[in-house]
Amino acid sequence: MIEKLREILRHRQLIMILVSRELKARYRGTMLGFFWSLFNPLLLMIVYTVVFGFIVSGGRVAGFPSTKLYALFLFNGILPWTWFAASLMESSNVLMVHGALIKKIKFPIEVLPIMVVATNMVHFILALPVLIFFFLIFGKPLTLWVLFLPISLLVQFIFTMGLCFLISALTVHFRDIKDILANLLTLWFFSTPIIYPYETVPKVLKTVLNFNPMTHLVESYHFAFYYGSLPHWKRLSVTVLVGLLFFYLGYVIFDKLRDTFVEEV
Amino acid sequence: MVAVQVQDVFKFYKKFADRHKFLTIKSALVNKTLFGDLQVGERFEALRGVSFDVQSGHTLGIIGENGSGKSTMLKILAGISKPTSGAVITNGRISALIELGAGFHPEISGRENVFINGIILGLTRKEIQEKYDDIVQFAELEDFIDHPVKGYSSGMFMRLGFSIAINVNPDILLIDEVLAVGDASFVPKCLDKINEFRRHNKTIIFVSHDLATVERICDEVIWLKKGQVEMRGYPKRVVDAYLQYVGKKDTDKYQRQHDREAKSVQDTQRENDGLQNPEKRWGSREIEISNVKMFDGSGKEKYLFNADEPLAVAFDVQAAASEKDFVFGIAIYNSEGILCYGSNTVLDDFSAKSIAGRGKVRLLVPALCLISGTYFLDVAVHKFDGYPFDYHHLLYTFRVTSDQRDIGISRIAHRWEFSENIRFEKNENS
Repeated sequence: MIEKLREILRHRQLIMILVSRELKARYRGTMLGFFWSLFNPLLLMIVYTVVFGFIVSGGRVAGFPSTKLYALFLFNGILPWTWFAASLMESSNVLMVHGALIKKIKFPIEVLPIMVVATNMVHFILALPVLIFFFLIFGKPLTLWVLFLPISLLVQFIFTMGLCFLISALTVHFRDIKDILANLLTLWFFSTPIIYPYETVPKVLKTVLNFNPMTHLVESYHFAFYYGSLPHWKRLSVTVLVGLLFFYLGYVIFDKLRDTFVEEV
Repeated sequence: MVAVQVQDVFKFYKKFADRHKFLTIKSALVNKTLFGDLQVGERFEALRGVSFDVQSGHTLGIIGENGSGKSTMLKILAGISKPTSGAVITNGRISALIELGAGFHPEISGRENVFINGIILGLTRKEIQEKYDDIVQFAELEDFIDHPVKGYSSGMFMRLGFSIAINVNPDILLIDEVLAVGDASFVPKCLDKINEFRRHNKTIIFVSHDLATVERICDEVIWLKKGQVEMRGYPKRVVDAYLQYVGKKDTDKYQRQHDREAKSVQDTQRENDGLQNPEKRWGSREIEISNVKMFDGSGKEKYLFNADEPLAVAFDVQAAASEKDFVFGIAIYNSEGILCYGSNTVLDDFSAKSIAGRGKVRLLVPALCLISGTYFLDVAVHKFDGYPFDYHHLLYTFRVTSDQRDIGISRIAHRWEFSENIRFEKNENS
């Protein structure tokens, strides 16, 4: 495994240039290029703020002093979720989209799912200044706990990467995974404390939520920004282990199926 | 030194039934098909025990029909796919020209694509930087290199792809039919570059349908047939044997096709009893044509001819009643529908006297004088004023092959003459 990781690291130049190609291609030709990658999380934030902040609750969301703060909380969780969900969706067809590379030249295929997760991570990082800007204009000061951000980032990267290896490899053989995935992600979104705070969840459901690694990841972002306190390090360390396990399993399955890609994509 | 060594390589592909193009999760779990070995019935055997080696500095050509395993072999050599069993040992850096410009992104500029494609092909950023000017210059794209690739013509696209791939500076170069897509002026440049590689003692493996080029640039040729090495050796010998084999197969094919079409004419006759197939056959049938066949000079039935070979068209006629006014005619069309030649008994100065009952007609052509291609034949009998008795339109097919690669419709007899101060060396094979 260590050897394989080294192998991946050897391709970092390739990964970097592919990521920058993806970014450039997406931002080229649109004046609002960067804005478009922010558009979806912003829209989600606005919709949920309107629905839960005004319509359902009539102006006050339980657990939040003001609707403004609810909007901040939402955006805080939606951004990492967008990174996660977009990576999974894109990895479900990344091997097919880049079939020419796989079929026509000798190409380190594992670079493709890495490219997907890394590209979406860059979108996420580029959106962070906007998040910080919202915190400043809504008058909620940031704390030094923001410095925990790189840890959350790393853990999320590892966990997402594992799932993306798995999904990209399996969709080559089972094309229906893509459709299943879209529905699964909707369910997963609501099973993660993004539009509601973890603390307000009833005890029974909390147990369920605890089995969801994304719960603890999104919470760690909430701690870094919204709550401005020490992350729940016990839960986060378990998440690290789960993330590593997923990464390992995902990569092993990807590696096992690697030779079949040339013929199937 | 051996640059490439292929040892008893087998490659099986999975055969998909139409209904199960892709697996379902359930069937994979139940049948364990995902990780298990393929059974004999469900696999396509692309390569069956191929072995050969290539000495460093040699150029090897691989020829064979479609589906003979050429491209599969090349992909295995390039390391793109893995052999099911057997081994491939290579010595040195490989560059495969299988698809040019794989990984080009249409939205970004040629310049950025050079870097991306270069890194994909295994160069480092620094190496590309050094070779960048050469690459752009060779591709003749100085003026367009900062434009997005989506605006490039297919020729420009191919030129840039070739230029990058060739600048990887490999020890072993694999080429698969890529020159087929180039524009006319660029192909000689590519061939020059390939020749330069040969002079620098690089190993080249060249897969192509262009037998003339294969013969010209290769030191040795392998003929793959149904996934096995059918023949290996001196280029001219292998190419000739291959051509002979393909020629024989074509003859069989045209023979079969002719039999089928002749049968369908008879069928129409039988089933429709005087009714006509207005697309292919019309006329009053007062005189009827049947049993149209083609022969070579020795009287052997044949549908594949060499360009300078004699040919004969023969058919039976049956006149229901005695007729005084009749003309026999034929016409030859090429595959583009152009009438290459047509004539009839009137044009050839025959005046009809009488026909009654059964008879035979035979038209002899001492030399075809057509260029290679597929041709269609019209055979007809009609009155002097054009009133059709029986007209068979494009019902018969034959094929002409030729060693020469002249172009046009017909081979006009010709001879070159030069004054004393212009000298040529005549090639042996023509």
